[in-house]
Amino acid sequence: MTHLSSAGAAGIYHYDETDRRFLADRVEQFRRQVARRLSGALTEDEFKPIRLMNGLYLQLHAYMLRIAVPYGVLSSDQMRGLAAIGRRYDRGYGHFTTRQNLQFNWIKLVDVPQILADLAAIDMHAIQTSGNCIRNVTTDQFAGAVADEIVDPRVYAEILRQWSTLHPEFSFLPRKFKIAITGSDHDRAAIAIHDIGIRARRGAGGAVGFEILVGGGLGRSPFLGRRLADWVPEPDLLAYLEAILRIYNQYGRRDNIYKARIKILVHEVGVDRLREQIAAEFERIRGPHYRLDAGIVDAIRSHFAPPPFATLPAVSTALDQARREDPAFARWARSNLTPHQQPGYAAVTLSLKPTGGIPGDATSDQMEAVAALADRYSFGEIRVSHEQNLVLAHVRQDDLPALWRDLGPHGLDTANAGLVGDIISCPGLDYCALANARSIPLAQEISRRFADLDRQHRIGELKIKMSGCINACGHHHVGHIGILGVDKHGVETYQITIGGDATETAALGQVVGPAVGYDRVTDVVESLIALYLERRTDGERFIDTVARIGVGPFKEKVYGAAA
Amino acid sequence: MAQAGEVMKVVSANRLDTGTVVWLAAGDVWVERLAEAAVLGGAAAGAALARTQTTDAAGVVVVEPYLVDVTVAGCGPQPLRPRERIRARGPSVRPDLGIQGAGALA
Ligand code: SF4
Repeated sequence: MTHLSSAGAAGIYHYDETDRRFLADRVEQFRRQVARRLSGALTEDEFKPIRLMNGLYLQLHAYMLRIAVPYGVLSSDQMRGLAAIGRRYDRGYGHFTTRQNLQFNWIKLVDVPQILADLAAIDMHAIQTSGNCIRNVTTDQFAGAVADEIVDPRVYAEILRQWSTLHPEFSFLPRKFKIAITGSDHDRAAIAIHDIGIRARRGAGGAVGFEILVGGGLGRSPFLGRRLADWVPEPDLLAYLEAILRIYNQYGRRDNIYKARIKILVHEVGVDRLREQIAAEFERIRGPHYRLDAGIVDAIRSHFAPPPFATLPAVSTALDQARREDPAFARWARSNLTPHQQPGYAAVTLSLKPTGGIPGDATSDQMEAVAALADRYSFGEIRVSHEQNLVLAHVRQDDLPALWRDLGPHGLDTANAGLVGDIISCPGLDYCALANARSIPLAQEISRRFADLDRQHRIGELKIKMSGCINACGHHHVGHIGILGVDKHGVETYQITIGGDATETAALGQVVGPAVGYDRVTDVVESLIALYLERRTDGERFIDTVARIGVGPFKEKVYGAAA
Repeated sequence: MAQAGEVMKVVSANRLDTGTVVWLAAGDVWVERLAEAAVLGGAAAGAALARTQTTDAAGVVVVEPYLVDVTVAGCGPQPLRPRERIRARGPSVRPDLGIQGAGALA
């Protein structure tokens, strides 16, 4: 298959005619299936698995359509297309998720065939965003840009996308399956909480290989991934992953939905025994069929070639001057910029967490504004982060003051990336049919309590993550402060954990004490932060202080000395 | 007839074609306002649920019908659980959306 990048867009993978024909056929197939459902020819029991295979859920208020954003990368045209869908078929906004996907909340079944046709026109779809299959492969939102990168993970994320899409053997796994890959030592993709976590590395002579973690996952039984392999050479990547999936498909439990994820298999069988089984399967199947040839990797890599960067000095005098002259700009630059591989450039986080806003929500107007800014400043390319923000990955440092000014009118300039206000929140009980409690309004309240951005900057890195039920879509177990909604006899109640970490030093948070009512959560968060500020030593982040002094003092602060 | 102290119920579902939340009213028709829903005692609620698996008299097809516990106050049935209260009105964080945003609530 040949895939051609359109001029102007950096690192965007484009479909070929085969892909487009397949998607067009699939849309027409679903159009007929919807017609048959509406006519009564298909029952709901027959139709439900079909709609789920096309990303369509029935949620609390309406149908929700989950659209795959492969490894979180969008072209500006795709973003405009999504904005148009939101405006035409939904209520003018969408929700970016911790899976780097986009969800629309108010979709009508009768409109879905046309929505899928509109998506196909921008090389997008909603396939495998539901069901017991391999879901969207996620990665570092700064891939191909960030200064600390060793290997560009998009190349392998795309290879895994092609391998896993409609894989006939893995369409009916025991349970859903999530893969994340990072190409840096600093893990921004949370690989330890995925069914398979991959760290791309370089070995002797610059050869690419992969460290593989298995069995990470949150939910009812949270586990961090265990190391399965230190080094899988690039040509063996697909054979090795195929072997893992085969063993899981064969031995993963299908008798109990709560024990069906691979993490339970790892837990029950043990990682050493599983490694032996996988190694045996790997030896059996490795060979030309599964070999990942250098030629294929190079062909895919060519789609992610660097955009036409200008040759610039490493330090921008325009940026330095703006920093000196405008404290608000300096504050934003301190939190929302990430060092770039290319001298004179920076990667920019556009916060979808304005003070009091709904984390991850973006209006169609905002999506269009981001698309226009991507065209103007970042080679027409946008990233979605698992922390529910957007990223312009390749901005000239000289342009940063202008970009910042352009972001302001759209509410996208909040200087809080990685700080208290940058809260991950799942939709919770405001939208989700599975929820026990609301999460969004608590995120809004915490964000308002810490509305003073200078205060947020003084507190420093602090990741609050919140889920409306134990399914943990909001990654609460790995929040520096994690908040989990539970239903206690019909009352929304919240369990609070501290010390969780989603990065290369991954850790599950520890419960601080008994769950608290809705009205107390923000006060508890403020108390935890107050104790941290009292006890921190120079340069210590919140989780460093928790690690040093333990949960006890925090518990005492929240619940009193009798705790 | 409902017994004293009995938890009352309404039948809810979503419209197949639009996903809109609907409630079963007298005459086995689906309505969008909870205030118009028929409030039923246990046995009658179960019977109503059993009758309404498919299409109502007006041809409205629904999916996933189920019973919702309610109390009856001056302004009509009020769901007991937070989930059902939010489902009946719309997202608490977007008062402009859902039935609450349509101006249909008092
Ligand atoms: S964590 Fe629970 S409430 Fe939140 S989106 Fe996931 S399933 Fe819904």
